[in-house]
Amino acid sequence: MTADQQTPWTGYQPVQAWDEAMDLEGRVRDPYRRVYHEIDRMSGEDLYSRAEALASTYLAQGVTFDHAGEERPFPLDIVPRVVGAEEWDIISPGVAQRVRTLEAFLADVYGSQHCVNDGIVPRRLIATSQYFYREAAGIDPANGVRVHVSGIDLVRDQHGIWRVLEDNVRVPSGVSYVLSNRRAMSQMFPDMFGAMGVRPVLEYSQRLRAALTRCAPNDIDDPTIVVLTPGVFNSAYYEHSLLARTMGVELVEGRDLETHNGRVYMRTTAGRRRVDVIYRRVDDDYLDPVVFRPDSALGAPGIVHAARLGNVTIANAVGNGVADDKLIYTYMPDLTRYYLGEEPILPNVDTWRLEEPEAREEVMDRLAELVVKPVDGAGGKGVLIGPKASREELDQVRAQILEDPRGWIGQPVIQLSTVPTLTDDGLEPRHVDLRPFAVNDGDDVWVLPGGLTRVALARGQLIVNSSQGGGSKDTWVLGGERQRGRKTPPPESRVELSGIGAVPQAAHPDDIEHGQQQQQQQQQGEPTC
Amino acid sequence: MLSRIAESLFWIGRYVERADNTARLLDVHLNVLLEDPWVDEPSANASLLSVMNCEYEAPVSRRDVLATLAFDPERSSSIAWTLGAARENARRAREVISTEVWESLNTTRNQLPRWTASARPHEYFVWVRERAAVVWGLHSATTSRDDAWHFMELGRSLERADMIARLLMTRHFEGTTGPNWTTLLRSCSAHEAYLRTVRALVTEERAAEFLLVDRLFPRSIAYNLQKAEDTLGLIEGASNSRALSDRARLALGRARTNLEYRDVRDVLDDLPGQMREVQSACGAASDLIRDRYFLPASTVLWSQEAL
Repeated sequence: MTADQQTPWTGYQPVQAWDEAMDLEGRVRDPYRRVYHEIDRMSGEDLYSRAEALASTYLAQGVTFDHAGEERPFPLDIVPRVVGAEEWDIISPGVAQRVRTLEAFLADVYGSQHCVNDGIVPRRLIATSQYFYREAAGIDPANGVRVHVSGIDLVRDQHGIWRVLEDNVRVPSGVSYVLSNRRAMSQMFPDMFGAMGVRPVLEYSQRLRAALTRCAPNDIDDPTIVVLTPGVFNSAYYEHSLLARTMGVELVEGRDLETHNGRVYMRTTAGRRRVDVIYRRVDDDYLDPVVFRPDSALGAPGIVHAARLGNVTIANAVGNGVADDKLIYTYMPDLTRYYLGEEPILPNVDTWRLEEPEAREEVMDRLAELVVKPVDGAGGKGVLIGPKASREELDQVRAQILEDPRGWIGQPVIQLSTVPTLTDDGLEPRHVDLRPFAVNDGDDVWVLPGGLTRVALARGQLIVNSSQGGGSKDTWVLGGERQRGRKTPPPESRVELSGIGAVPQAAHPDDIEHGQQQQQQQQQGEPTC
Repeated sequence: MLSRIAESLFWIGRYVERADNTARLLDVHLNVLLEDPWVDEPSANASLLSVMNCEYEAPVSRRDVLATLAFDPERSSSIAWTLGAARENARRAREVISTEVWESLNTTRNQLPRWTASARPHEYFVWVRERAAVVWGLHSATTSRDDAWHFMELGRSLERADMIARLLMTRHFEGTTGPNWTTLLRSCSAHEAYLRTVRALVTEERAAEFLLVDRLFPRSIAYNLQKAEDTLGLIEGASNSRALSDRARLALGRARTNLEYRDVRDVLDDLPGQMREVQSACGAASDLIRDRYFLPASTVLWSQEAL
């Protein structure tokens, strides 16, 4: 190859953030070597046509999300994000540790509140959390699990260190995109995929089903599990139906459920059927109009009461929101030491609690260079990035913070790591985060090898949420078995195959004998002279 | 099976079959307009729209008919709307129907705008029939014969009986002598089967008999009514509250025997009346099925007492 030949990599230049594929001198990092060479061999057009093919398969499969009332194919970038095996060896135990801490904290908060009495977390903090529900106190989950599924958002800072940005233990979403991204990408790059030894993600649904089975009340062997969805117009409906389908359970809406005498039933064509485990994808507020919002049409009246009686398990548990409050987040390292007696494996992002006067003063002075977030926001709502904000926006947020300091936290601007991403101008570095999913079955926290990589599609954009125009990437965690490592198969396998012998495939006898017949028929047709 | 899902499946069956038969019906109608030299087009068009239970303003042009019944995705009578609705129902029942069936319905919906923009109705009708065949083929190859299968088949056979009845009404449109029986047989893909079964030229009585009561041909009215009855029996199985489903079977059985045990000449003399009977029997059965399987037995969502 000559030096002046154009490849898709020509002009790819990492900026100040940590680029996961290339260092600042342009050397390709180890995990990306194979991806780099595969793309290097392609022409730019080839890359774009594959990207187009990806989008059209997603449209055909209905892998879409609702944006402003319109169904759009979920944007999937053509370049996979690769995570090396040694990095995963930090992430996976780190996430599991985080989940165990969150479990311990929730059990404590809705139980005897030792962490408050021992002065680790101020009582006021819990009492003022918008998602601390007294209604959830005294509901003892069957196998002690409250965080059946969690999504721990990680980012990589400019030094390449993985940090926890956010805990999601209410109804974390996005795992369906991990599964369908993988299916699409492994079809798009079968050779590269097989040779790199990417760890599989397909077992997620089985793991989830097993975890839900184990949390059934009263040790039922073969519980009836349902997935509760707000309905077909919910932006994550695709995910709900995919999970129900791949777990082989019913997908219900609130109106399919009824509660009698503290037991939950679903309406079927053959009458009522008892429900044991509800994997709900409806927020707490809408879950049960008897306990929460009375105007909710999405929930099922009486199910919280049924859960309290121990007749049904609601997964994830009601009231988990208190643990992913962003102010509680700042206490997580302390809580890990307190409950588990371990040092946190994954550090937090440095955070100022704005209700503390000194911290507030400092942040107010430096507002233009920091990020401030509302503590209960999700999906990047309300986040203000100081260096990108206008004068008016800064003043407005400043006023909001002074009015409700409990409602805000401040963080330094983190230059999220970048990954090569196909844009209209070719491959360019774009900022990404990572949401690994963890399933807790009561004995063990299993972390899905991979997770959802969200990518901000605009240049320099730091908010990656899909509701803010972000896309996604398939996340390839290395260190699995390589399918095409060996050159030749072991000799035994050939011997065995020929030993079995083949059963002949039959065909219509006329079709096999037809040569002769055809000849005769043709002769018949010939004129006799 | 969840009642809500069963209802969606029932309607997928009805909608796909309806799209297919509407395409056949329109094909026949356009054919008549071309071939009948004395046709009074606005009256014939108006008759068609009234058979399909659509509102119209006289005079009805060919364009109006095509918009109302084929292309306009905003009108619930059109093929375009029907296919869209089938896809929406499939989306609601996504976890029950197979991926192949879902993708075929989804792709059909995605391709619709391209077809509705083109100006050649006949090609559009061929495409619609082809898509319906793809859906049914995949459905048949990938679905377990459980309730999910039965409810879709139930919707399909009811709709087919109903639509064939509407198709036969085209014989008695205002302003035209209507299609001849060979055309009708062809539009039901029945011409070859008829020739093999009857072994004679097409006569009015025999052709009518074939489309009304043949026991073996899958597009005769009696065949489909019988199939709907049988499917209801399979769904009910060993369940104990049979009253409502039995009433649905009663309505279907009465309509079927009425055709089977009546002299075909009698039916032909009063074809519109008889066909209306079939349609209202299908409508009544559909309502009874809804009451029995899709609506909650009680409207109580939450009660403290055991029921």
